[in-house]
Amino acid sequence: MTTVLPGESVSAQHVNLKLGPGLLQLSTNTTDAGSTIVSTRAGDLQHSANRSKWWVENNSRRYIPAAQESVIGAVVQRLGESFRVDIGTAQFASLDGLAFEGATKRNKPNLKVGSLVYARVSLAHKDMEPELECFDAQTRKTEGFGELKGGFVVRCSLKMCRDLLDPKHFLLPLLGGRFPLEAAVGMNGRVWVNAKEVKQIIAISRCIEAVDSDGGGMDVVGVKKLLDSLDA
Amino acid sequence: MRPPSPSIPEKEFLFAALKQSLRLDGRLPLELRTPTLTFGPELGWVECALGKTRVLAQVDAKMVKPPPERPFEGMITIHSEISPMASTDYEVGRPSEEEVTVTRMLDKVLRRSDAIDKESLCILAGQRVWHLRLTLNFLSDAGNMLDCACIAGIVALKHFRRPEVEVIGDEVTVHSPLERAPVPLAIHHTPFCFTFAFYSDAETAPILDPSQLEQRLSAGILSIALNAQKELCVLQKLGVLRLVDVAVTKAKDLHGLVETRIQEDWLERKVEVR
Repeated sequence: MTTVLPGESVSAQHVNLKLGPGLLQLSTNTTDAGSTIVSTRAGDLQHSANRSKWWVENNSRRYIPAAQESVIGAVVQRLGESFRVDIGTAQFASLDGLAFEGATKRNKPNLKVGSLVYARVSLAHKDMEPELECFDAQTRKTEGFGELKGGFVVRCSLKMCRDLLDPKHFLLPLLGGRFPLEAAVGMNGRVWVNAKEVKQIIAISRCIEAVDSDGGGMDVVGVKKLLDSLDA
Repeated sequence: MRPPSPSIPEKEFLFAALKQSLRLDGRLPLELRTPTLTFGPELGWVECALGKTRVLAQVDAKMVKPPPERPFEGMITIHSEISPMASTDYEVGRPSEEEVTVTRMLDKVLRRSDAIDKESLCILAGQRVWHLRLTLNFLSDAGNMLDCACIAGIVALKHFRRPEVEVIGDEVTVHSPLERAPVPLAIHHTPFCFTFAFYSDAETAPILDPSQLEQRLSAGILSIALNAQKELCVLQKLGVLRLVDVAVTKAKDLHGLVETRIQEDWLERKVEVR
């Protein structure tokens, strides 16, 4: 587990090499040198068991869009055919009015400015504004994407979001065991949560912030104590 | 890029929670985040943290010739520019609304209130006076940067020591801190600022020390600056009287905390008094 800095070249060789987040392949001009792999983030360099998949593991709060990731955004502007959505990136993303299941030119979703959407990043290049879609890529059905009503959005670090999406992580099942809740985790550092009572939503929000490594990295015992003190 | 206003679910949730007197970080409606004061290597360098909001204050002094209309007084200038380091909502060069409010309030609280005795800053009338420069750097904005900046500013001024000067006739000798212990500034009183956020719903009580979301969604903000004894400047809004009493109590507590911290830091420094 070596630590790499942005710009360092990484020796990753395999027949079917797959580069994950944080690694970029640069092709050099000279024919004999071939291409070099450089890291674009500071973090731990990790690879899969058979050394075919390599990536850099890091934690940050600023989201850099990548295709196929699910994000939570807030609509900031309604344009004629599309919506401008803030997903926390340098530029606002564009969500087409027809990118919803069963949408036609006559029947477009009526999203107001300020509404929250759970969408999938369909296109993300470093010099263009990102594009979003509100349906699953293969099935073209909603599958949970679309407008999020009610509830509250909690901000956290990107690593926390990745951990929450991991089915083996302890937090959401622990909270779900105490009271019913719904959650939508965005890869852009935002988590939407909803429960029956305001007190419960505040409890979830404080637990997420406490377990986040930026807020102290609380463990299971600590979270249980916090929940008992909040009486939720 | 102007900061986008909070989304509808966040707005509705905050109002619903405040109606039940519940705050998102678990504080009571009139509970202040405990300030953490960190003193730096130099005298007059202090960082104040109110939860995640952090402001750094530094005091610097130099000798200048006073303007002819005020030959007996020293000068104090306050520099407070909010840079994008505090939050992505701020831009360099263009003062945002928040920055204008903060600068004006700091000016009223620290300069116009005569917290520092300007006449004690005079060295030689008409020729040499001390010019104090207070620079505030806003490191992180998690709501209520104004209160944090006021605490940092006044504590920095209390912590600062200026070099001792000896005036014999027309000759001015400035002693370096290694020769003679530097002298504290003459401070008349210690003002603190308290910010309350009000909401349009009549049943929702005002809250003290709003966080960033609470501040964005508030209908009005009231900032009261006062010391442990009296009132300095008030921004008018509704329901003032009860809040002034609350602020008076909090000012006493904060005064105690600041004195204790300065004492602790002072004991750690080795100062030789000849």
